[in-house]
Amino acid sequence: MPPLPQRPTIAQLSQALAARQVSSRELTAAALARIGAADGVLNSFITLVPELALAAADQADARLARGEGGPLTGIPFAHKDIFCTAGIRTTCGSQMLANFVSPYDATAVERLAAAGIVTVGKTNMDEFAMGSSNETSWFGPVRNPWDPDRSPGGSSGGSAAAVAAGLVPAATGTDTGGSIRQPAALVGITGFKPTYGRVSRYGMIAFASSLDQAGVLTLTAEDAALLTGAMAGFDPRDSTSAELPVPDYASTLGDALRGRRIGVPKEFFDAGLEPGSATALREALRVYERLGATLVEISLPSLSLSVPTYYIVAPAECSSNLSRFDGVRFGHRHAGAATLEELYKKSRGEGFGAEVKRRILTGTYVLSAGYYDAYYLKAQKARRLIADDFRRCFADVDVIAGPTAPTPAFRLGEKVDDPVQMYLNDIYTIPVNLAGLPGISLPCGFSGGLPVGLQLIGPHFGEATLFNFAHVFQQETAWHTQLPPALTAGAAVGAPLGASDNGIAPKGAPTDAPTP
Amino acid sequence: MTWETVIGLEVHAQLATRSKIFSGSATAYGAEPNTQASLVDLGYPGVLPVLNGEVVRMAALFGLAIGATVARRSVFARKNYFYPDLPKGYQISQYELPIVHDGHITIELDGGATKAVHVIRAHLEEDAGKSLHEHFAGLTGLDLNRAGTPLLEIVSAPDLRSAQEAVAYMKKVHQLVRYLGICDGNMQEGSFRCDANVSVRRAGTEPLGTRTESKNLNSFRFLERAILFEVQRQIEVLESGGRVVQETRLYDPDRDETRPMRSKEEANDYRYFPDPDLLPVVLDDAYIDAVRRLLPELPDARRERWTRDFGLKADAAEVLAADPEVATLFDSLARESGQPVAAANTLQSQLFSLFGAERTPARVNVPATAAILRLVADGSIARSSAKELIEEFAFSSAAPDLQQLVAQRGLKQISDTGALEGIVADVLAANPLQVEQYRAGQTKVLGFLVGQIMKASGGKANPAQVNELLKMKL
Repeated sequence: MPPLPQRPTIAQLSQALAARQVSSRELTAAALARIGAADGVLNSFITLVPELALAAADQADARLARGEGGPLTGIPFAHKDIFCTAGIRTTCGSQMLANFVSPYDATAVERLAAAGIVTVGKTNMDEFAMGSSNETSWFGPVRNPWDPDRSPGGSSGGSAAAVAAGLVPAATGTDTGGSIRQPAALVGITGFKPTYGRVSRYGMIAFASSLDQAGVLTLTAEDAALLTGAMAGFDPRDSTSAELPVPDYASTLGDALRGRRIGVPKEFFDAGLEPGSATALREALRVYERLGATLVEISLPSLSLSVPTYYIVAPAECSSNLSRFDGVRFGHRHAGAATLEELYKKSRGEGFGAEVKRRILTGTYVLSAGYYDAYYLKAQKARRLIADDFRRCFADVDVIAGPTAPTPAFRLGEKVDDPVQMYLNDIYTIPVNLAGLPGISLPCGFSGGLPVGLQLIGPHFGEATLFNFAHVFQQETAWHTQLPPALTAGAAVGAPLGASDNGIAPKGAPTDAPTP
Repeated sequence: MTWETVIGLEVHAQLATRSKIFSGSATAYGAEPNTQASLVDLGYPGVLPVLNGEVVRMAALFGLAIGATVARRSVFARKNYFYPDLPKGYQISQYELPIVHDGHITIELDGGATKAVHVIRAHLEEDAGKSLHEHFAGLTGLDLNRAGTPLLEIVSAPDLRSAQEAVAYMKKVHQLVRYLGICDGNMQEGSFRCDANVSVRRAGTEPLGTRTESKNLNSFRFLERAILFEVQRQIEVLESGGRVVQETRLYDPDRDETRPMRSKEEANDYRYFPDPDLLPVVLDDAYIDAVRRLLPELPDARRERWTRDFGLKADAAEVLAADPEVATLFDSLARESGQPVAAANTLQSQLFSLFGAERTPARVNVPATAAILRLVADGSIARSSAKELIEEFAFSSAAPDLQQLVAQRGLKQISDTGALEGIVADVLAANPLQVEQYRAGQTKVLGFLVGQIMKASGGKANPAQVNELLKMKL
């Protein structure tokens, strides 16, 4: 058995655990040590639970010793702090919930725990998942492992940075307009958002209910398939979860792509796309051509409606979803309010940050009497047009490919004062949420020394197809194994686990990457 | 100057489900505060509503019972406003697409005329919790047991023209929901209440006047009083040259008046929009047909059947049909005894006075009571004996051997002509004066003689036979 690489995947760790090469307690302790060493800079975790994690690791070891473990048993893991975790505080990145301890587990948390995964902590995020840079978190911004002056993207920025830096091999995220895929792209890892309804939303603190979907940030598509298989499936506690069987995603990994058709929307390669990213993406598409797939130019004419539509639908839903944070039953409460109205105004005024308030105000406005038809209803119509565009395209292609984000990681502070610039960051990911489709982002090269993400979009419940397309690409390339400089320097993240060198040699020759 | 009153009612019927509309919490009344409130009812972060299918069945049943359209597709919406007893900051209700629309309910007016009241819609929604202002000095307590209790809000058109009509309509709805078994109708516990939209206009004019809404009227009397007060108040405002303000008012039974709660200007903009946590409710024909098969016989149909088939008088039929438990009891007694008229009389003259909290119509020992009625009918026992036996056995769970009891207690009616003839002869001999009077044409004395014979027989003589025998002998 080869030594573990410096940033091992779940599949690799799982093999090592099964071979008793390493214990879950060792892996968990090492993960906690790496977090302790690196997170002073990265700020990727809001809460750590070392005792709970080590206890869970011991249970996992016992389970493995009995031969009852599965592929996720004993794997150190992190949850985005939007998932409710019984007995562990769940802040949603907000002062409003800074001391909130959930009495119950989210379905996704429960299912992964049942599979034996070991939760080491809760990751940082934009407040209530509203943001694309992780700068709206009440717990401070997360830094990008590739360049600490840059944003890791958001809102699942904590999960993305933690996985990219090798602190944990994978973490959950949620994606309402790109919040898994965009940070995955910006830190050079794999981020998967399933079809709306594939994974239960129960226990995920709602931002925009018709768009929110739980998913994962991982090092490989193979790991994403493994985790999704454990999380997905009908949940009677979520009426919008799909009553469809969950396929064995692993069984179709590696299927040949010969003859498969990839749609490339011409609108995805417009002037808004940073040239270095465009170059990397075109090169990635050629990889698929070499693998026998056919590229087909397609058009999504309603694409330009996506961002404005999203910024009506999502705020409208959030303005209502966040009404429950009123200081009455849980969460931040202004001390010494004299009247009910003062209690509401001050608790919410103090508890929510600027971006959350901006969206609540926008949402309240678009739902108001006299504006509902002009904004909310019109946005619903635009949403149907966008979904129709995709439906038409999927009659002819297996997947749609394009960029995940218009630029590589931007500097912290660069866009935080310009909401419209920030919102445009999600231009390629938002339409996927509006149509309820699955999407995956995978590393496909570098621009200016920063990772670039390739986005693949599938038809409804086309998860298996996406995993296979991504996996075949990762078998063919080594972009997903490139380590951020902090990790290659070693010292910044503490002692690497098990192995002293990177056990996997890149197969491709990265054109614009820091050499490992 | 004469004024016409225009009233529309919004009736809130709490649906008699065991669990709440969107959670598994129990709906039982009177539990300790917050013991029937789950995380969903408390509006905790991350929780989601899941529709209780039973409320859909109940709403559809109501829709079919009033000849309404049961929507093939209806949608839950969020009604957004802040209040401490509304945990999520929104109430889940139905707005643009209610589950039931366009039915009618017929009410009886004075003088036997009827009026069909248009029911515009009936929609499902969740109830809010309760704020408790009395128990904590300077603080308000919250009891969220009621939060999430299913309600059917039944909205009438402004078709009602008097407090009397409004009460008749509310009673009719009350009767109907209890017949359908979808609401316990308990008004004291708030399971059945209504809001009254009231306006007045000059008689003979078309446009509706400005209305006020009197909220939370939880008795027929309060409804009547609130409307009468409101009509009088509005007429006085208008006749003194003022204008009625569109507002929500609260009826205070202690002072018998309505008082303003909030005006239209202060009203919330509820920002309704479809609830993205819940799928539209889609019902197909098969579902609706299956619900249709669950429809019980409704009060109007029962009354008609009873007057037609049983020969009941209209007023008796109405009294017996008023309450579904009584109606069911009457049907059972009529069927088992084969004596519908006697069953009706017994219910009205005797059983009604025995009913109480424990002694409900459903607990009446039907086989025993029907058997007693049969004994009267076949002449075995006198009515007075039957009354005693019913008193004893109507609410017992025993299956008495009535033949044996009648024999033991000597209740057997004397129908034996020989025995009776002796008594008749004795009584006639003892009352020669009355016999003379009768024969001289004063037939009224017959009653006196019958009474004497009954007395002499210890009440056991069969009155019909006594009459016959007397007439023969005289």
